[in-house]
Amino acid sequence: MQLKEDLSKTDMVHLYRQMHLVRVFEEKCAEAYMLGKIRGFLHLYIGEEAIAVGVAAALQPQDYVVTHYRDHGHALARGLDPRRVMAELYGRATGLSHGKGGSMHLFDVNKNFMGGYAIVGGQLPIATGLALASQYLDEKRVVVAFFGDGALNEGEFHEAMNLASLWKLPVLFFLENNLYGMGTHIDRTYAGGRDVYKAGDHYRVPARHIDGMDVLAVRQATREALERIRHWEGPFLLEALTYRFRGHSMADPVEYRDKTEEARWHARDPIPTFRKYLTETAHISEEQLEQVDVEVEQEVEEAARFADESPEPGPSALWEDISAT
Amino acid sequence: MREAISQGLREALEQDPRVFIMGEDVGAYGGAYAVTKGFLTRYGPKRVRDAPIAESVIVGSGVGAAMGGLHPVVEIMTINFSLLAMDQIVNHAAKIRYMSGGQVQVPLIIRTVTGGGAGLAATHSQSLEGWYASVPGLKVVFPTTPYDALGLLRTCFKEKNPIIYCEHALLYGVRGQVPDDYYDVPIGQAEVKRPGEHVSLIAYGRAVHIALQAAQELASKGVQAEVVDLRSLRPLDTEALVASVKRTHRAVVIEEAWETGGFGAYIAYLLHRQAFDDLDGPVVHLGGADVPMPYARNLERQAIPDAARVVATVRENFGL
Ligand SMILES: Cc1ncc(C[n+]2csc(CCOP(=O)(O)OP(=O)(O)O)c2C)c(N)n1
Ligand SMILES: [Mg+2]
Repeated sequence: MQLKEDLSKTDMVHLYRQMHLVRVFEEKCAEAYMLGKIRGFLHLYIGEEAIAVGVAAALQPQDYVVTHYRDHGHALARGLDPRRVMAELYGRATGLSHGKGGSMHLFDVNKNFMGGYAIVGGQLPIATGLALASQYLDEKRVVVAFFGDGALNEGEFHEAMNLASLWKLPVLFFLENNLYGMGTHIDRTYAGGRDVYKAGDHYRVPARHIDGMDVLAVRQATREALERIRHWEGPFLLEALTYRFRGHSMADPVEYRDKTEEARWHARDPIPTFRKYLTETAHISEEQLEQVDVEVEQEVEEAARFADESPEPGPSALWEDISAT
Repeated sequence: MREAISQGLREALEQDPRVFIMGEDVGAYGGAYAVTKGFLTRYGPKRVRDAPIAESVIVGSGVGAAMGGLHPVVEIMTINFSLLAMDQIVNHAAKIRYMSGGQVQVPLIIRTVTGGGAGLAATHSQSLEGWYASVPGLKVVFPTTPYDALGLLRTCFKEKNPIIYCEHALLYGVRGQVPDDYYDVPIGQAEVKRPGEHVSLIAYGRAVHIALQAAQELASKGVQAEVVDLRSLRPLDTEALVASVKRTHRAVVIEEAWETGGFGAYIAYLLHRQAFDDLDGPVVHLGGADVPMPYARNLERQAIPDAARVVATVRENFGL
């Protein structure tokens, strides 16, 4: 990695901090899941942190974020309160959605975080509509829509790309290509070959592919894409190549992946890689980063404690928030 | 009827800049059923948006636009095609408010044409509104007169929820009085369209008109049938239905949808639960035949309840 001149040391430490926060948070979730404190499906973002953090660093507060069910990383990177995220995962009244959405459906309108969506591809038409609202109201907000390689084959992806391009809507379609949809490798699901970003060509959506393990590359590419979108040139497609280090969900023992492939990707772990860059190239001290590590670990412990001590939603919550009155 | 719906849409477009219309052929073509004829020239392409034939993104972008502060009206040409948007309607529009703990509103109107009887055969003649009416988080309305069409539509625009607004292909020509002065029709209120004391004919959509015809025939035989129009399937005005049955002690629930799993079967169940002691006999459910809709005129007629069938049902079941 080259030294990036446009980033202050503080900014860079912040990127490290956020990635580390996601990692530690996810590890805590895994622990809580084993203890039965988190139920349902739990999809961890471990290994992919550079993407959420790199993108979030390039966004403006008014921009919208929508994502899929593997959403904790995007939520934390966007600045959602880890305590309220954790409380949501614990199914507590203090959760972002009072415990009614759970891990796969995080929302925080105050951060323009417009949802995790657990139907593969389902968030893409919605992102297109948020972008339509932004264009219609002349708000200059961009919508970032994260999705996985599995969603490429859903009709909703194609419908959304087409409409966004046709109407020049400000959407950044952000493909997190971790090579697998559950246990099935992309080579066995996608006929378009490995140059997946070219999926944009057919709809005249400009596209790029980048290294999803490099937080600075993600940030930079996102900034450039957003710049283009903000000038009302319509949507953009970014494909970041990445890898999930854990199973698809906690229920997945990952028996379908080659161990040498896994080892190759683990060697590119975005967090130690960036840490090394910070100490060796950006001359940030070990002590400073250790201090960050400690703070982050405390923050996650505090989030878990907050969730644990929070009450469950009252029985009346069952019937609340279905329809607006 | 067509004019009443059109008027409701025009009013909203004129009064609220956040309202826009989007769908297949709503603009240049004027709407598949001509409801939005002339809108494109009048309101321009920002407000009246011709969309690609892509139902999922039509509804889904309507959901997103609603979340982003607009009040979209999306038109799904017919309810049969809504199946391609079912993910957006059922998994997203209906759930987002709940799953976000009330943080996000989805003020979205989905207009769609439902029902059979026009010789369009099995893929184009379905009555699927009952499916949607079973989904918490959605509202489903179905006007049967111009008065209700305009009144309900006005209320839909005051709502912050996703609403399926059903139009029956064969009811666009229905005539009726619409006052010049402002009024609206609340969602969730059934209406007695014809009072009677001997039997309640409970219906929605075109079946209301069939029930009215049947009531007229029954009247000539000395049987006074009360016709109750649901107007809203969800929320359902159970109270009004129960009240009617308490007056008449007999009920037939009529709908075009398949009998199996039909919405009418649920109404029959509710009446049994809530008005059992007032009933002289079991509530009868008269739905469409459990077949894919046939094309041939005579077969199609067989598949949809008509007035003669309603009359026969009343006579056979209640000895009236
Ligand atoms: C429409 C739909 N089909 C199937 C599923 C079950 N499912 C959940 S995640 C998933 C894999 C998706 O893979 P990808 O989009 O690559 O995302 P990743 O999990 O790799 O982040 C599947 C099949 C679903 N949630 N929605
Ligand atoms: Mg994947």
